[in-house]
Amino acid sequence: MTDSDLTYVTPEMHAAQGRWNDARTAPPITGTDIKRWAMATFYPEKPPRIFWDVEYAATTQWGGIVAPPDFNPFAWPLERPKPAAPGLMGARPDGKAMTGMNGGQTDTYGVRMRPGDVVSERRRLVDWWEREGRLGHTLYVRNEIEWRNQDAELVRTRLSIGIRY
Amino acid sequence: MTVRYDDIHVGDRMPEWSRRTSFAEWNRYAAVNDEFVPFHMDDEAGRRAGNEAGAFGMGNLRYAYIVNALHDWIGDAGPVREVGCQYRAINQKEDTLTVVGEVTEKAVEDGEQRVRLSVNVVNQDGLATCPGHAVIVLP
Repeated sequence: MTDSDLTYVTPEMHAAQGRWNDARTAPPITGTDIKRWAMATFYPEKPPRIFWDVEYAATTQWGGIVAPPDFNPFAWPLERPKPAAPGLMGARPDGKAMTGMNGGQTDTYGVRMRPGDVVSERRRLVDWWEREGRLGHTLYVRNEIEWRNQDAELVRTRLSIGIRY
Repeated sequence: MTVRYDDIHVGDRMPEWSRRTSFAEWNRYAAVNDEFVPFHMDDEAGRRAGNEAGAFGMGNLRYAYIVNALHDWIGDAGPVREVGCQYRAINQKEDTLTVVGEVTEKAVEDGEQRVRLSVNVVNQDGLATCPGHAVIVLP
């Protein structure tokens, strides 16, 4: 195999491209989930009151506690989700295990997440490209991830780029 | 003090927002996001992933810092409508990361007064690690 033939793209990726996978649903969001998230991401400073002070939050335009936009209600699943992009190689053709890394994302936000919300997610493999980089032959995979709440309102759309090398 | 749409101009810079980052910050983020990836926790795993200095920070935490910097600037009133970034450089232990941003565009769209910014997360050496953009809605 010459270098120009090297690819990390699999037939399973071609088959999955553009197809929404089965939705999964997160457990109901709690106020403690939101408070801890904000405490971790604002550390070592105290997070803003909108994320933990019920009485204060009731006086704002939101009428109650809301989650930070980047809050992830899918953390700590009892059942691990299926791979983000079906059919990704686990090992390179030379036998070495592949490393996966987060390349970046663009999120568009709709309605806020609040305590009691139940968020559902569906995702699909959008496209991919390969190039020779600092870490050798590298595969970039773009996924679209959509979140909606229990009222089917759009919470967030994410275009995410995963890197594998 | 509320940041108002009419008071913002193209070229304005948002206040800088900084955090020093190491295991204390990364482990807290791992705990809430269930992101216990070996190369964020263990120096040898970091080196195996190609980073000579060892373990390194999560891209998602830098993303959170951008979101938090926007919140600390505009307060509770203005929702964040969009944030995007690319992770171009590694967040090493003891880095001081600073979120910076500059207004690039103002427009009324879908009935919202939207302000677009270019944003980045810069380390103590001036290295821009995380170029991106944000769209916020202001009263």
